[in-house]
Amino acid sequence: MIEAFLFPVFRSATPLMLAAMGGLWCERSGVTQIALEGFMLIGAFFGAVVALGTGSAWLGFAGGIAAGMLFSMIYGVMVLHARANQIVAGMAMNFLAMGIPPVLSAFWYGSGGSTPMLPESARFEWFPIYFALAVVVVSALLYSKSRFGLRMRFAGEHPKALATSGVSVLLKRWQGVLISGACAAAAGAALSLCLASSYSRGMSAGRGYIALAAVILGKWRPVPTALACLLFGVAEAAQIRLQGVILWGSEAVPVQFIQMLPYIVTLVVLAGFVGRARAPEFLGQVE
Amino acid sequence: MILFLRTLLGVGAGLGAGLGVAAYVGESPWKVFKILMGSSFGDAYSLGTTLLYAVPLLLTGMSVAIPFRAGLFNIGAEGQLTIGAISAASVAILLPDLSPFFAVTVAIFAGALGGGLWGGFVGWLKATRGSHEVITSIMMNFIAAALASYVVLYWIKDPTSAAAESLTIASAYQVAPWSIFEGASMGLALPICLAVAFVLHFALERSVFGFRLKAVGENENAAQYHGISRERVWIESMALAGALAGLVALPEVLGNAYKFKLGFSPGYGFVGIAVALVARGKIVHILWSALLFAVLQKGAASLDLETEKLNRDIVYWIQALIILGVSAEVLWSRIFEWRRARSRRKAQAPT
Repeated sequence: MIEAFLFPVFRSATPLMLAAMGGLWCERSGVTQIALEGFMLIGAFFGAVVALGTGSAWLGFAGGIAAGMLFSMIYGVMVLHARANQIVAGMAMNFLAMGIPPVLSAFWYGSGGSTPMLPESARFEWFPIYFALAVVVVSALLYSKSRFGLRMRFAGEHPKALATSGVSVLLKRWQGVLISGACAAAAGAALSLCLASSYSRGMSAGRGYIALAAVILGKWRPVPTALACLLFGVAEAAQIRLQGVILWGSEAVPVQFIQMLPYIVTLVVLAGFVGRARAPEFLGQVE
Repeated sequence: MILFLRTLLGVGAGLGAGLGVAAYVGESPWKVFKILMGSSFGDAYSLGTTLLYAVPLLLTGMSVAIPFRAGLFNIGAEGQLTIGAISAASVAILLPDLSPFFAVTVAIFAGALGGGLWGGFVGWLKATRGSHEVITSIMMNFIAAALASYVVLYWIKDPTSAAAESLTIASAYQVAPWSIFEGASMGLALPICLAVAFVLHFALERSVFGFRLKAVGENENAAQYHGISRERVWIESMALAGALAGLVALPEVLGNAYKFKLGFSPGYGFVGIAVALVARGKIVHILWSALLFAVLQKGAASLDLETEKLNRDIVYWIQALIILGVSAEVLWSRIFEWRRARSRRKAQAPT
């Protein structure tokens, strides 16, 4: 019973944890990150394309991550050098990511927005789940125990202090953006190579935004953020489990209310009813 | 003037890059451009259909632009218009016997009220709890989608339809299309929304309300010091933004589909961000910028039919590239500054 419940929870939480760790580092370094959704789509699509072309799930995963990092570089150039508004540019990245897979898949496969089915050998059964847990552990260690983590946090909290100590704030923020690209793309590749068996249109289905919500819920700290992802994983697994189940009275719980749950929880946390969430001081400001 | 040039440059760069992708896929960019234009303005019917996209974008564009004046980012227009549309549709279905004289007014009011409350709540959260409006609006968008799905499936569902759509609204609520558009569902919504835009233009540029918005947006502390409550401005501007997005019920539910269809909006709320950005928040400019993005939306469908290798999704590229092009402030200003500096150097060189 417990196994039957835990497995789907970890499965659903895997892409969330990966994307959330990416978002966490990016926001910690002081760059607002609402493009996780788009980065996930890019990772999912190119992950599937490479896995399909090479027949190897490993190369697919790596290819997805590489594509995500390349894609996040556009965002980096836009917000760190061209000084575009980070929220506007983030939305534009999401638009772009919605457009890239369908146009390319029509060109390459003659299909309207999805890749052909991946063979069993080009898919993962377990790996992304372990990978996500490893990323969480590494993030948690880096966050509190390393110079890298401290500097990333300073880039978002007090960039002037960091600059004074001779470390480039720009470099830290570039690292944040690239980490978010890599992690969110890995989350996407986990979707297309493990949770599903091909890329399908819009398959991230709002997970990038939920991951961002988890970062806020976890107050921009790795372990609480991962726990928040697990909570959302429970909500997603429960949503599938509770379909048509009668909890009280004679009516089944409308699935819409279970769908709303993660967002309502986030709102309540944001409103400070369950302990205040404080964003990095210089989040979204490029001086 | 330079600001306008910069915007134009951004739009041009975005459009150019998008058409470049078309060329890469193997379609002539000129052909794509002609399809976009022809399918939008070719005849009265096409024009009417383009306006059917332009009017909601005008509303959502203003819905983004107005809080932006006060320094707020309304990324929640999509949720607000969903709530507005479902409110208007619910009223129109649950009160079928209203006299035609009141019916449309009541439904429009219901739409604006629903959207206004949805947006105002975000403003209230920011004002009283300090929650960042971008994140709360994103959450509210998802909650709105789930709520609308619940209402349409459990309360006002059309039992004969397999799709998630409501019953048809009573005839008293239906706004008839104008015959000049030769069958396109565009009618009274056009002058009403233009009038709203006209009024808002003056409210923003010439009224105390507009001044307070700008004061808070430009310098919160100075505004506070002069007795302008930034909290009140936040709530008011977000409520107004929500009401504007909720008005989308008029062209869509009352004027076009005559019912609420789940997922009817092709992302009007999000494209509204682009519309407002290209217009740099000025209502006058939103008029043409909404039309530009409507052309893209309208043309998208034709690209599916009239080209072999391209599909409608290329429009996402063009939209995204236009947004990036316009928002790359520093890039363009650097180019201008560099040219000015060069001409200055040249002028100084002989001495």
